[in-house]
Amino acid sequence: MVRCWRSKRASERMTLCVLMRTGFRTHETIWGRRRPYDRFSNMNESPSAIGTALSMIATLDADLFEIVLLSLQVSLGAVAIASIIALPLGALIALQRFPGRRAVVILLNAMMGLPPVVVGLMVYVLLSRAGPLGSMGLLFTPTAMVIAQSIIVLPIIAALSRQTIADLHEEYGEYLRSLGCTPMQSIATLLWDGRFRLLTAIMAGFGRAIAEVGAVIIVGGNIQHSTRVMTTTIALETSKGNLALALGLGVMLLTLALGINAAALVISDTARRRYG
Amino acid sequence: MADGAPHTEAREYEQRDSIAKHPLLPLVARGVDFGINGQRIIDDVSFWIGSSGRTVILGPNGAGKSVMLRLCHGLLKPTRGEIRWGDMSVADAREQQAMTSQKPVLLRRTVNDNLLHVLRVKGVPLGERQALVDAALEQAGLTDLGGRHARDLSGGQQQRLAIARAFVLKPKVLLLDEPTANLDPAAVRGVEELIGAIGAAGTKILMTTHDIAQAKRLAADVMFLNQGRLLEHAPAMEFFSSPKDPVAARFLAGELPA
Amino acid sequence: MRSKTNSSPTTFTRLVAALVLGVLAIASAALGEPRSIIVASTTSTQNSGLFAWLLPQFTAETGIDVQVVAVGTGQAIRIATNGDADLLLVHHEASERKFVSDGLGLARHPIMHNDFVLVGPVADAAGVRGMSEITVALRRIAESEQIFVSRGDDSGTHKKELEIWGASGFDPRPASGSWYREAGSGMGATLNTTSAMGGYTLSDRASWVSFGNKGDMEILLEGDPPLNNPYAAIVVNPERHPHVRVREAQAFVDWLTSARGQAAIAAFRVDGQQLFFPDVVPDGR
Repeated sequence: MVRCWRSKRASERMTLCVLMRTGFRTHETIWGRRRPYDRFSNMNESPSAIGTALSMIATLDADLFEIVLLSLQVSLGAVAIASIIALPLGALIALQRFPGRRAVVILLNAMMGLPPVVVGLMVYVLLSRAGPLGSMGLLFTPTAMVIAQSIIVLPIIAALSRQTIADLHEEYGEYLRSLGCTPMQSIATLLWDGRFRLLTAIMAGFGRAIAEVGAVIIVGGNIQHSTRVMTTTIALETSKGNLALALGLGVMLLTLALGINAAALVISDTARRRYG
Repeated sequence: MADGAPHTEAREYEQRDSIAKHPLLPLVARGVDFGINGQRIIDDVSFWIGSSGRTVILGPNGAGKSVMLRLCHGLLKPTRGEIRWGDMSVADAREQQAMTSQKPVLLRRTVNDNLLHVLRVKGVPLGERQALVDAALEQAGLTDLGGRHARDLSGGQQQRLAIARAFVLKPKVLLLDEPTANLDPAAVRGVEELIGAIGAAGTKILMTTHDIAQAKRLAADVMFLNQGRLLEHAPAMEFFSSPKDPVAARFLAGELPA
Repeated sequence: MRSKTNSSPTTFTRLVAALVLGVLAIASAALGEPRSIIVASTTSTQNSGLFAWLLPQFTAETGIDVQVVAVGTGQAIRIATNGDADLLLVHHEASERKFVSDGLGLARHPIMHNDFVLVGPVADAAGVRGMSEITVALRRIAESEQIFVSRGDDSGTHKKELEIWGASGFDPRPASGSWYREAGSGMGATLNTTSAMGGYTLSDRASWVSFGNKGDMEILLEGDPPLNNPYAAIVVNPERHPHVRVREAQAFVDWLTSARGQAAIAAFRVDGQQLFFPDVVPDGR
């Protein structure tokens, strides 16, 4: 297995730390020439995706762990960055009356359906050495993937939070005006008090990011131990004809997305019951 | 008569009143109209309020009381006419006022944090905030509930919190929209006591109610509003003992639906 | 005055903190280390597992981290042209020579070769099994209008396929959409498509051998000289792109062409089969 060479990358260091803490033992075959997850590839004879997924989780393959971790890092990072911009933006559009506001809302809604490949291509052109931001050397790095996914989920979070904030403003608007809040103060109040409902908007963005392959494969390059995430691995394994393995990864991805969404729903529902 | 008579009456009333040292008074409305979608909600209302006592806008449901209050607070703009507080425009005067609404708008936070929110917005220095909060909580009888979530309070407690929050920075004017609607008698008493205490401390109170008994208990002067028109404006004693307007008389006799 | 309501903001705050930490971790990960290079290469070398076999050995010896972006040869060349890779390792000689003569790359270093094979259904409705010349076989497929799946993605394999069609004197492009199907995807995806359609396709041997979904397909023709498939490495010209890590990239080329590297290539096996044959030290020692 190939995962034994030393690496200085922080993400990998993080992986290794976690593995060491969980008492994980690295592969027996140090220079053995098994391909990644070879032990699962032979399941083509009985292609049960769920079985494959379960055995992958059970054996906690180091490569797999790294891929899942990077997927989470990239998508959570993208959602965090997009949220920092999109939540105030959504609130601003919900509150402020300005010329062209309707056009902005329509644009935002339309951009919710932006194909990831198109975003990937745009970011690729920007970050390529031949492009305007080429000197930063970001192409084929996780940062590039975070940028692309941020652009993909930003309109989703902004559009959904606009609706949420508009609803809350129906209720709070008079109080905020009476108090003489500045737009910034109003937005801060509404964002904070709407935080549990906004979690739903954020999760919608996360769902889109974690499931997206078109952009990350273009700007990340699907480089092993560097930019390989769950969706690009699924694409790769499909192209290698390892359909059971690809499906197993798909099941894992689904489970992960389900788990995170369920957790967010429970948090926001409990909080909403409690705090309106 | 809606135009001339109350105006004159108020002036007479004011002349008999000695305490007129209030920076936002007199509150003057001249020929104020307000309409939405061609429907006239406030119809040519003029008045003059110079007293710093408690003014109650009384009238049946749908009379336009809440709209009148919001016009005075500047949350709505008159379609015609003008309102001024002393020598200030409504917008400038709002900074020294606070308002509560019939259904209290409480933030999804603790009682404490609801009060702190006002202080933060108004830029009160961090070190002074908690003392102000504690004083407001004590005045409203909510001292033990500071850590509770605002929306877990009873109706009366919620209304008292809303008033305490409005009063935390001691505004010159407090506008209260139906502060005791839908409250049980015990809760009503608590809210009225709080209003009484605030009024006694020199804050001008302008409030609406459809409750005749409450108006009798709280009002220094009464403005009687019906179908968007100001039919009578008089000192409370005069108004309740001998209303000059026939509609007001019928209302006091319980012949109009409150 | 702090009480139970604070549990919710804290949960929320923690969530935000976790997100921010995640971003920071990624940001720090992205601060590329000086001793790593990006190689633009082909799916065949990556998907067969050759890089997974070679790179740990090279990294262990030199400490240089090699990151492989595996795409079609055409796209790999474009990536290198833009300066988004330090090294090009592909398999289409004409394109490689043009890359060097255009001043985009330094010298072209032959590394290894394998060969292309014609794969198709075991039933072989076109009857090409046992033929020795690939041009004749493709003509036969065309004439019997059996489905032929082309990569159609400007990859090395695609370019090779078009060259063979050219040599056969038959132009399949007018038949595109009927029996001639252009998949527009990588080798693996094309093999999946071919298997599903019961058609024929041209594949490099490495991709075919390591392909996991062969179904009822098999090799029908191999060993014809035009099917030779040489791989070469070219360091991207630093005069065009000053950020290129020439030293590290050249070190990798030197290693690949050294006795050790060549032996490692020769020792690579999938299912007991040797997939790549070293060109510099042919016997691998």
